[in-house]
Amino acid sequence: MAGAASPHADLASAMVLQPVAAADWLVVAPVVIPIVFGAALLMFRKETQQHMVVSIIAFALLLLADAALLWRVIEHGPIVMTMGRWLPPFGITFQADVLGAGLATVAGLVAFAAVLFSFRDIDTTGRRYGFYTFFLLMMAGVHGAFLTGDIFNLYVWFEVLLISSFGLLVLGSEHEQIDGAVKYAFLNLVATTLFLIAVGLLYGAFGTLNMADLAGKIAAAKGQAPVMTLATLFLFAFAMKAAAFPVNFWLPASYHTPRIIVSALFAGLLTKVGIYALLRVLVMLFPVERDMLAIVIAWVAAFTMVLGILGALAQSDIRRAVGFVVVSGIGVMLAGLALGSELGLTAAILYALHSMIAMTAVYMLVGLMAEAGGSVSLHSLAGLYRAHPFMAALALVLFFAVAGLPPFSGVWPKVFVVKASLDVGAWWLAFAVLLTGLLTTITLGRVFALAFWRNHAEEPATMVPGDPITWKTYAPVVLLTAAVVFIGFYPQPVLDVAHAAARTILFSSGYVNAVLPAGGGA
Amino acid sequence: MRTIIFRSVAPYLTSLMVLFSLFVLLRGHNEPGGGFIGGLIAASAFAIYGIACGVSPVRRAMYFHPMAIAGFGLFVAAMAGLASLFVGVPFMTGLWVEPEFFGVTLALSTPMVFDIGVYLVVVGSITSIALALEEREDD
Repeated sequence: MAGAASPHADLASAMVLQPVAAADWLVVAPVVIPIVFGAALLMFRKETQQHMVVSIIAFALLLLADAALLWRVIEHGPIVMTMGRWLPPFGITFQADVLGAGLATVAGLVAFAAVLFSFRDIDTTGRRYGFYTFFLLMMAGVHGAFLTGDIFNLYVWFEVLLISSFGLLVLGSEHEQIDGAVKYAFLNLVATTLFLIAVGLLYGAFGTLNMADLAGKIAAAKGQAPVMTLATLFLFAFAMKAAAFPVNFWLPASYHTPRIIVSALFAGLLTKVGIYALLRVLVMLFPVERDMLAIVIAWVAAFTMVLGILGALAQSDIRRAVGFVVVSGIGVMLAGLALGSELGLTAAILYALHSMIAMTAVYMLVGLMAEAGGSVSLHSLAGLYRAHPFMAALALVLFFAVAGLPPFSGVWPKVFVVKASLDVGAWWLAFAVLLTGLLTTITLGRVFALAFWRNHAEEPATMVPGDPITWKTYAPVVLLTAAVVFIGFYPQPVLDVAHAAARTILFSSGYVNAVLPAGGGA
Repeated sequence: MRTIIFRSVAPYLTSLMVLFSLFVLLRGHNEPGGGFIGGLIAASAFAIYGIACGVSPVRRAMYFHPMAIAGFGLFVAAMAGLASLFVGVPFMTGLWVEPEFFGVTLALSTPMVFDIGVYLVVVGSITSIALALEEREDD
């Protein structure tokens, strides 16, 4: 059999021979944990009583693994592990740097809050249909995308999270959900297909898929390969994933249909995976081409944020409005990407971290508002301030944060984006960011004024006799809001992470050296 | 499709195909075959049985729900990768043991365990889809 190591082959030229420290396993743990628990829950799909306990354990472990990974990456630099012992660039590399680990940690936090929230939102039927399995597998996909160092593997993780998200999207099998899911599925499949085509071209041109290896080969190509075409294809594919104008219409068309917790997760995590891929691929692999495309990205960014928020302003369904707010936030991150400076990228990453937390919390809050008021329409939702003052307080904090008003987490990235655009003289980009901030304030202010402050025209005749809203219900929202407040008042730790993350993709030599030490590799 | 010939042949055909799928699965490491294709053969065996004799006998014969089998397969595959944690080598590294039984060397490895996992995932998920489609036709 071939597996036994034959004594006369020189294994050192093909395989990693030094033993792997147990701590290096942290780099695969955030992918393995959700897969193992997801598989276990799939086996015991009918035992819906146990799902809560098992998924709490799973998500707590996931968050722990994420946090430990981030801590280790900050302390000791990037962790690399190449699957199956093959030397990179032949084996599939997993690599955690500050960017991937930072985003993964916040994703873990958001997922943990979401699982606490889901106990209320997901009934037994939802559990039997495999909500927690899909959720766990989606988290495996999200973490895989953040942590992989191989561009084809990135495609695979995109597929994993996409297919699990289909499952989550149609969880109730209602007519409206199927309608939203079809739009979502079709446009996302177009984007992944483009991504796959681009990866195929890339492999044809350079003969490697390892990102560290690619970074060197693309830089050395000098007109030998269609790099500009490749960069544009990647930009288009990932921009579609991230819901950037003009390919963003799948998002508001589908995000208001599923269970509120599913919308919350999608809004918090999925578009950010697109942003992450844009940052990783365009900044690290195609820096020259990104410079040339910068003006295109900047206009896309400006249109995304302004048209996104105008869309939100036009909605009377709060869930749809919040969907458009998500889109407009993507514009701010793209602006940071377009600027491409250290400050711009820091702002983009910081905004991504903030937006993951804040948008998830906003969707959860909208879910609670709908439950308390019996409607998601601004025409009929009213009088929540009197009935639920604590909910109003949370709403105020979150709306301030999303609009980018001080003193909460949204303010810092916006300040940095504006400063970075003024640094390069792109006053119109700065203006677009500020205008978006103003319009977001108006949009969310309107929601607040109508849903919370307005009194009921007539006495609410039939309140929905649901479960009473207790502190347990608020706990996940409070957890995320606390993070928002913390980042707002004490941004330094998160800012350091974002800054270090920006530096890892801007100066990729550290990343490359970690995978291919000193002249090693092909 | 419930002709007498088909119905009498189907159980034998099914058992032969399942047996053959196991052969393809185990052959797969060094020769054409493997978990995926083996799983497809087994799933088509169950589909044939379902077409001939109805879906509920298949469900009874499988005992576990097909999706549970798929979940178990995913679990097994992940565990095959995790085995390398205890040997100090990277995730998913192939590990081999070659015990001797009555003078025959048996090569057992984690890639084989992984392949069994793949086999179960494919059997479970494809059978689940096939049975759902066949059930719809009965209505």
